[in-house]
Amino acid sequence: MLRISPAPHITSKVSTHTIMWSVVIALMPAFAYAIYLFGERVLLLTLISVLSAVLSEYLFQKITKRENRISNGSAVITGILLAFSISPNSPWWLPAVGSAFAIIVVKQIFGGIGYNIFNPALAGRAFLTASWPGLMAGNWVVPSSGTLSGLSTQALDGITQATPLTLLKVNPAETIAQSLNSSLMLKALFFGRVGGCIGETSAFLLLIGALYLFIRKFADWKISLGYIGSVFVFSGILYYLGKTPVIPLFHILSGGVMLGGLFMATDMVTSPVTVKGRWIFGIAGGIICVFIRVWGGYPEGVSYSILIMNIFVPLLDKISEKKIFGR
Amino acid sequence: MNLLTFKGGIHPPDYKYLSKDSKIKRIEPPDFVYLYLSQHTGVPSKPIIERKDEVEIGQKIAEASGKLSVPLHSPVNGTYMGTVMHLHPLGGRKEAIKIKVNKEKNDPFKAKARQDISDISTQKLISIIKESGIVGMGGAAFPTYFKLQVPPNKKIKDVIINGIECEPYLTSDYRLMMEKPEEIMKGVDIIRKIIKPENVWIAIESNKLDALKNMKSTSSLFPWANFVVLKTKYPQGSEKQLIDAITGREVPEGGLPFDAGAYVQNVGTALAIYEAVYFEKPLFERVVTVTGNVRHQSNFLTPIGTPFKHLIELTEGPIGEISKIINGGPLMGIAQADIESCVIKGTSGIVLQNQKEILKRESSPCIRCGACVDCCPMRLLPTELYKYIEINNLEKAKELGVMSCMECGSCSYVCPANIPLTQQFKIAKSKINRKSK
Repeated sequence: MLRISPAPHITSKVSTHTIMWSVVIALMPAFAYAIYLFGERVLLLTLISVLSAVLSEYLFQKITKRENRISNGSAVITGILLAFSISPNSPWWLPAVGSAFAIIVVKQIFGGIGYNIFNPALAGRAFLTASWPGLMAGNWVVPSSGTLSGLSTQALDGITQATPLTLLKVNPAETIAQSLNSSLMLKALFFGRVGGCIGETSAFLLLIGALYLFIRKFADWKISLGYIGSVFVFSGILYYLGKTPVIPLFHILSGGVMLGGLFMATDMVTSPVTVKGRWIFGIAGGIICVFIRVWGGYPEGVSYSILIMNIFVPLLDKISEKKIFGR
Repeated sequence: MNLLTFKGGIHPPDYKYLSKDSKIKRIEPPDFVYLYLSQHTGVPSKPIIERKDEVEIGQKIAEASGKLSVPLHSPVNGTYMGTVMHLHPLGGRKEAIKIKVNKEKNDPFKAKARQDISDISTQKLISIIKESGIVGMGGAAFPTYFKLQVPPNKKIKDVIINGIECEPYLTSDYRLMMEKPEEIMKGVDIIRKIIKPENVWIAIESNKLDALKNMKSTSSLFPWANFVVLKTKYPQGSEKQLIDAITGREVPEGGLPFDAGAYVQNVGTALAIYEAVYFEKPLFERVVTVTGNVRHQSNFLTPIGTPFKHLIELTEGPIGEISKIINGGPLMGIAQADIESCVIKGTSGIVLQNQKEILKRESSPCIRCGACVDCCPMRLLPTELYKYIEINNLEKAKELGVMSCMECGSCSYVCPANIPLTQQFKIAKSKINRKSK
């Protein structure tokens, strides 16, 4: 019996599964390092987060009689990313609630994979920040284990009590800024030797993961470069004008700029499909982030900057349509 | 080296290594051949013989009827059995001339060689090409005589000879360039005489540099020819993309190549023109690559009208069970309902797929990865188009340029969610066409 179907008769090997599970793999270096840095509690919190995300998706699809799409791995990504954006000191239920919210309210109610407007992990984080601000913004730990960058714990004692960004927001004194701008601090930020969310510490390891995705074309480097680049340039301008006491390098290495710019802004579902749209998306997101950091009420602007840009995706796609061949 | 190319496209594995070294081999004709009256773009041909007539190889058996039509010639010596409805490789059953092959009488075609063609007028050349039944042999099967009659208000600056063969698996054009470079170039010279362009480009992809070298070896005889290497990418051989890559000019939406001052013809067609003009040999046979899941990868010089079954038997059959037989390449070719379908003038190859290779498309929601947007050679937004076609908003689909879709299959190929994009665009296009009639 011959099979008949319309052309094309071959397809590339890349499927939604391939893409999603590759993102999970790309997050592993930073995850492993977070366990090493903050202890096994990180493992527990992340597992709870992933379990909650996957279970929420499974139950929602079951109850609403939709096709089970758990295996594509997208809920696992949401679980990991949400865990990455909470403090390693969080109570166990925090990631469970956050992931359930992200999957059910932000993703599934909008139609499930491909249909959500907001990045589920980011919106979940925003939900947690609004609901339990104390747990989300003032609950930091000093890294307990050794270091990647070879710094001694004493050298950084003064500044690792809180995250560098919170410190900056609470006390933007000259001396603080000076220590934040020191090469010691920047090195600590780059390799990940500061207090912060589970997945936001090591810019280096996040970059390695992202590089893998860029090479496989599962994330668009243009969004990341646009986002991180514009944080750098815009914060540089403000530094020059004396509006922010810290140098641009500190801005891109601290907080969630790397995690957000490399892994959240590049979420395919919630970013534009056109090249021009992606550049605008990234660059505008970076500017909003710096705005919030410098003038806003929160120490960190990454989540809201990307969420705001998520809203503009349909518009960006529309205004950046390519000229049709021969038209 | 900075190779010429267009924006977008895909890089599927090309599988040309399977059949590229199989030299062109003339085959023994089958017991019966079936010549469809419709095997070119345009009005079907009209039979001019009577049942039980004896026909000779190369004899005209059907004439052109109407504007875009060409005659048909018998590819064998045999007996005309009347017309029958026969399975057509492009779908459905179509009327075909059935000829029983006379196995006793295997005289070859009696060529009438011409030494000098310089005194033949342009008009005469075009009429020889028409009478020889020549159509574009790259797949579209557009009557060549018609294409050569460029409207007087259009000036052709560039003639491009298409030796790209970008569909995976197919090697029939490659073999021609390896085995008949001078003959092809003489055919190109005839096109050049008719069109009188400023430039003649011989375009070959970077994965066939040996073919390029071979073609270039004739350049002392044809000093006017420019040989260009294009980046190996699908669909580099598409007319519009090729013109864009070489001349930088875009064929306007809904327009034809001459609107961009260009004329594109496939190498196989150039060879057919050469044979028609120098030997009065009409188009009744062509090279067909038979490849994929077969024991002997082959390039057969095949009488038009040969059933696929015969060709598959000549390769000593498939390995294991065949699951799909494709007329043409795997990206734009058409899956066959049965092995009774026969070779037409546009059949450049037959690809057999086994159970493991066939696609079982199970689509999932679009994750907006943008791969289709990046690869569309016509710069359409397949992901947007699909959304509107799904809700049957054809007006909007038209506005977004669905009519420019050439169904190259790139978007469906790259889609990680396995959404049948090309397939849906094809349906939408025919719906829009039906509506406007």
